[in-house]
Amino acid sequence: MTELEQSDALVIAGREYQSRLLVGTGKYKDLAETGAAIAASGAEIVTVAVRRTNIGQNPGEPNLLDVISPDVYTLLPNTAGCYTAADAVRTCRLARELLDGHDLVKLEVLGDDKTLYPNIVETLKAAETLVADGFKVMVYTNDDPIVAQTLEAMGCVAVMPLGSLIGSGLGILNPHNIQIILENAQVPIIVDAGVGTASDAAIAMEMGCAGVLMNTAIAAAQKPVLMAQAMRKAIEAGREAYLAGRMPRKRYASASSPLDSSLITRA
Amino acid sequence: MQIYLNGQDHELAADTSLSTLLESMGLAGKRVAVELNLEIVPRSQHATTRLQPGDQVEVVQAIGGG
Repeated sequence: MTELEQSDALVIAGREYQSRLLVGTGKYKDLAETGAAIAASGAEIVTVAVRRTNIGQNPGEPNLLDVISPDVYTLLPNTAGCYTAADAVRTCRLARELLDGHDLVKLEVLGDDKTLYPNIVETLKAAETLVADGFKVMVYTNDDPIVAQTLEAMGCVAVMPLGSLIGSGLGILNPHNIQIILENAQVPIIVDAGVGTASDAAIAMEMGCAGVLMNTAIAAAQKPVLMAQAMRKAIEAGREAYLAGRMPRKRYASASSPLDSSLITRA
Repeated sequence: MQIYLNGQDHELAADTSLSTLLESMGLAGKRVAVELNLEIVPRSQHATTRLQPGDQVEVVQAIGGG
């Protein structure tokens, strides 16, 4: 097998994925744009939210799952909007019923609505209950290496530290913590939240993250479908650069052209 | 009789089944999940589950989210 032919699947809870880009489905203009952006991203794992149906809803109204079919994508229902462990567990159980027993979930328990920072105490409580209840938990967390290790030890199938605040687009603000999390981890570490543009995604992958989960960076771009494609390329480029092993950083130049046999004689 | 449907008062004929309620909401055969008084009601039991006055019913679906 040559260097370019190595298989490099992302494995989550025993299942292989070819794409390391995970995307959300919120904040798009309409369902057509959602479908087009997600197709362009090449993502196989796609997050959805669970919400009350509108009582006065038009019965013919298109549904998200008509565009993002559970037969094509691995749906990752989230617990966005939950501020307690009990609400998050309840939401996951509804999602499992909604998706016919599908047990892969994205756990996020939020602390406040200004920062959407995770409430770690409630997150740990919810993770414990969900793992015991048979869920495969991919967990949104802060970039604290000890918390990441604790969540892994509890049986979460992927740990997803934030790069920066949800929807902020500020990139990875503490790469050193992400690096420590990566060094300790046996499960996939997926940067979730904070990515603003393609280079942010590439940086996460170059560091050795298993994947990146994003929503706003694509949906809030001027041209979401084009940005989705850019993100696909950034994730692939970053991953390949990681696998290739970057050159060491040096403080002084190192000529690329040989210095021997030069016709120029230097004084 | 009155129930609480997705957090709102909702008037319903006595002895209505969950399936009939979903039909009246235009959700028959749609991908939804139902919770009755905080307990999940599996899809297979919608037809046989009769609602009682004061029941709290939540009907949820998947929507866009990150």
